[in-house]
Amino acid sequence: MTLQHQAQQDAAQGASGGHSGREPEGAAGAIPMVAFEGAGKRYGPSGEGGFTAVEKVDLTVARGAITGIIGRSGAGKSTLIRMVNGLETATSGKVLVDGVDVGGLSEEGLRGLRRQVGMIFQHFNLLSSRTAFDNVALPLEIAGVDRQTIRAKVGPLLDLVGLGDKAGNYPSELSGGQKQRVGIARALATDPKLLLSDEATSALDPETTQSILELLKRINAELGLTVLLITHEMEVVKTIASHVAVIDAGHIVEAGRTFDVYTNPQHQTTRTLLASALKLPEWLRSGIKAQPSSGDRALVRLVFFGETAFKPLTGQLVAELGSDVNILAGAIEEIGGEPFGSLVVSYSADPDVIARADRFYAETGLKTEVLGYVA
Amino acid sequence: MSPDMIYNLLSKALMQTLQMVFVAGIVGSIIGLPIGVFLATSGKGELFPAPKTNRVLGLVVNAARSTPFIILVVAIVPLTRLLTGTSIGTWAAIVPLTIATIPFFARLVESAIREIDKGLIEAARAMGATPFQIVFKVLLPEARPSILMALTMTIVSLIGYSAMVGAVGGGGLGDLGIRYGYQRFNPEMMVMVVIVLIVLVQLVQSAGDGLARRFDKRNRKN
Repeated sequence: MTLQHQAQQDAAQGASGGHSGREPEGAAGAIPMVAFEGAGKRYGPSGEGGFTAVEKVDLTVARGAITGIIGRSGAGKSTLIRMVNGLETATSGKVLVDGVDVGGLSEEGLRGLRRQVGMIFQHFNLLSSRTAFDNVALPLEIAGVDRQTIRAKVGPLLDLVGLGDKAGNYPSELSGGQKQRVGIARALATDPKLLLSDEATSALDPETTQSILELLKRINAELGLTVLLITHEMEVVKTIASHVAVIDAGHIVEAGRTFDVYTNPQHQTTRTLLASALKLPEWLRSGIKAQPSSGDRALVRLVFFGETAFKPLTGQLVAELGSDVNILAGAIEEIGGEPFGSLVVSYSADPDVIARADRFYAETGLKTEVLGYVA
Repeated sequence: MSPDMIYNLLSKALMQTLQMVFVAGIVGSIIGLPIGVFLATSGKGELFPAPKTNRVLGLVVNAARSTPFIILVVAIVPLTRLLTGTSIGTWAAIVPLTIATIPFFARLVESAIREIDKGLIEAARAMGATPFQIVFKVLLPEARPSILMALTMTIVSLIGYSAMVGAVGGGGLGDLGIRYGYQRFNPEMMVMVVIVLIVLVQLVQSAGDGLARRFDKRNRKN
């Protein structure tokens, strides 16, 4: 599965939108910002004793979009994102950034690439000995930019992230959200074309997470900056990513538009990640089984969007199944401006009832997903 | 013994001690600092990967640190003579003191640098920093408070070591205490020497703590 097609569309839209500093339409637009081509990473010796973190990943990251890679811890997403700026080198396949093979770069070439790729981190990684201002100035100092230019550059960056008044503060005087804002300003200092986000909100509380995601979204829109983020939280992907790839045990198991993946997940890992985002009550979640035994009830998530959102399908389902339907949870959500509703219902897991329900879904085109079975 | 005599002997010995401690401290730290940085950054997969050199250097440092100081003083007499033209006197004493300082300080610097969060090194690499830029812009500034504490500890230890170099006629406060206070049964002199040493160590410790605190921005709260 690939995001290539979408990348081209986005690039065309971006160019016609007239963002400054963009490459002209055509040649550059056809090249995705990041392309993994059969990329893999293996640690240690081949064969026995080694460990494969990432294997045969084919994935493209759309120019100008926010793409999320989601997976559980240990799934290989950290390794994957580090292959983009060469902090990890692919042991097989290739990783291309803006058409350039990262693995083929010299140390010097790699440093040049890294100056065009900003990165933010889960634990912020700010220098405790430098003020917010000097932390943002660091990548510029490293790039050999003169003091005067640095001064002219850092102020506006701090303003952009809403920390104009904290320039003289040390990281220990800032809150977690403020530290991440400094991290973002720092990542933007060298005018990168790509921003990598390594679990940037995982150490933050939900409210701060939202405000940081809003900031990333705004930067993406205002600067036309491509963002590639990794996370283990479906909520993060849902909030800002237009595209998503799901990684499990080093493989990309599903990729596409976030809306499609969210409303119609194909792979078990995606479903599990989604289920944890459904906010089902604990007593219900802890009782879910994969296989039904007699007398159990099926737990099903109904997804309404597009056409199905406007039909009175829930009532029809209740009528179809003879009023044996329990509504357990529901929400109306939005991904990239597209609204959709989810409803978690349960009904008898009797094969006859299941068959009737499935027939109903097929007739009406309602998207569903069996979460499991409960007693 | 008249107070005047005591004063003269004390001030001369104090000057010798200060001379030994500061010359050996400065020269020893200047040489020990890069060795410490190298020890902390030359392991496998680190900034300047040279695991073999790292291991050999580690062994040398350990050997130097486990040699009792008084034996080191005698063992390196030929080197001392080569460098200072003599094997006795204050300058001659500075050579073994410096040699002892180097591995001591290097180990402290190594641990100060190893304490730094690896995430900072990764962040600097992600910015496109060279290994040398990482050392000078990230590691040394971040380790500065710990390195200042290490320097303080080194100087305090040097004050203690310098008391032993009376063995090679190095002079200084320790020597004065042994020869006048102990061997000539002069308790006032012994007490005075100890008081001066206590004050000296206290001053060095306070100055070091103060400096380290000034550069430590890790625990500031508004």
